[in-house]
Amino acid sequence: MKLTLKIWRQKNTSDKGGFVTYVADHVSKDMSFLEMLDVLNDQLTERGEDPVHFDHDCREGICGMCSLYINGKPHGPLQTTTCQLHMRSFSDGETITIEPWRAKAFPVLKDLVVNRSAFDRIIQAGGYVSINTGGVPDANEIPISKTIADLAMDAAQCIGCGACVAACKNASAMLFTSAKISQLALLPQGQVERKSRAENMVAQMDEEGFGACTNTGACEAECPKGISITNIARMNREYFSAVVSSDNM
Amino acid sequence: MTWVTKTLNSTLGRKLIMALTGLFLILFLTGHVSGNMLLFKGDGGQAFNIYAKFMTTNPAVKLLSYLTYISVLGHIIYSIALSQHNKSARPVPYSTSKGSSNSAWSSRNMGVLGTIILIFLVVHLQGFWAQMHWGEVPMITYEGEEYKNLFLIVSEAFKQEWLVALYVLSMIFLGFHLSHGFASAFQTLGLNHKKYSPAIKLVGMLYCILVPALFASMPLYIHFSSY
Repeated sequence: MKLTLKIWRQKNTSDKGGFVTYVADHVSKDMSFLEMLDVLNDQLTERGEDPVHFDHDCREGICGMCSLYINGKPHGPLQTTTCQLHMRSFSDGETITIEPWRAKAFPVLKDLVVNRSAFDRIIQAGGYVSINTGGVPDANEIPISKTIADLAMDAAQCIGCGACVAACKNASAMLFTSAKISQLALLPQGQVERKSRAENMVAQMDEEGFGACTNTGACEAECPKGISITNIARMNREYFSAVVSSDNM
Repeated sequence: MTWVTKTLNSTLGRKLIMALTGLFLILFLTGHVSGNMLLFKGDGGQAFNIYAKFMTTNPAVKLLSYLTYISVLGHIIYSIALSQHNKSARPVPYSTSKGSSNSAWSSRNMGVLGTIILIFLVVHLQGFWAQMHWGEVPMITYEGEEYKNLFLIVSEAFKQEWLVALYVLSMIFLGFHLSHGFASAFQTLGLNHKKYSPAIKLVGMLYCILVPALFASMPLYIHFSSY
């Protein structure tokens, strides 16, 4: 395959940045998208040029480190992570536009790498259980139904990649925050801090400068882990019931 | 009461206000369309004029009308605040974005649709509502009681093709606004459940077609009937 790549290059956060066009030749359709970029970077290094910076880690679709806004969609044309996207999803001769996630809360560090620490700070605001829950309990020891446990696990699948923010026209982080609030609100261990968690995580989400949700559903459609917007409805319930009943004035 | 202001200033609080005012305006539209169905009665506007007098003099209706004004203003003010906030959340736009592949057009353009509806609302209120309240409306007597003949104003107005076209077109925009707004309001209130969400979506779809269609049929009916 021969591809034309329009890649966003930006020296650092304060640099204005812009697109640079590269030609990638002899691309195998069985390469992953990141492997295709690896090959491009090898060529750039050999030519003495600065390789394209992009985030990646496990390359197994479970860590949430890879990103990239490919041809107008987060993680490209499939509902998966970029590392699990293969070049067979593109056609020979195609021009591929690659941009970083765009959000005020996710500043570009270099090229396609954005700083997603805002998500970490939302977790730090309440996405934890601080009571001692002991060792691994025996099966069926915790008073929780299979249905609820499954819902919590569905929410816990969020890998924090930020595709929801990237996909949302408002750069809203509500799918991420709601998944993190939901997974603990549904579990018995999460009950102690349930109210303060909802209040603090929403406050931190706003503090970071993410947009508000307009229920377009784009986040859900693009989430590589299939997190549902029913979690956003749950977050709304959690938040409003917390503000009218918690001790925080 | 800092917790109240803090909550209402949060993104979730602002969304809540959008949802509550939106739902109240949906209730208003339901009442408005039901009452105006009297235009189809074919009695020369008698029932409509009696109804119009009731709507401008009854104290309970007055209270509801104030709530409607507040809802309209709240819906507009908070939508501007939220739109600006949302715009600032992405200072550098994407060069290529395929929004249509993951969301409905109306859901991404509620602000545009709302602005068009607001322009219509100004024309609509200026034409009828302001006339009824402060304008020179000819009087008509039914069974010894005097009524403002609002029906005459309405039927004269809808003799103009451009106004009829404006009304019909605006109702199409209203339909698209409601097609997202109806179900979206329930989601914001946290009401999303497999038991009733399909029903909310269905009612929302029927509502966004039926109510604007009924509204649009009124100027069309008056224009093409012999009044």
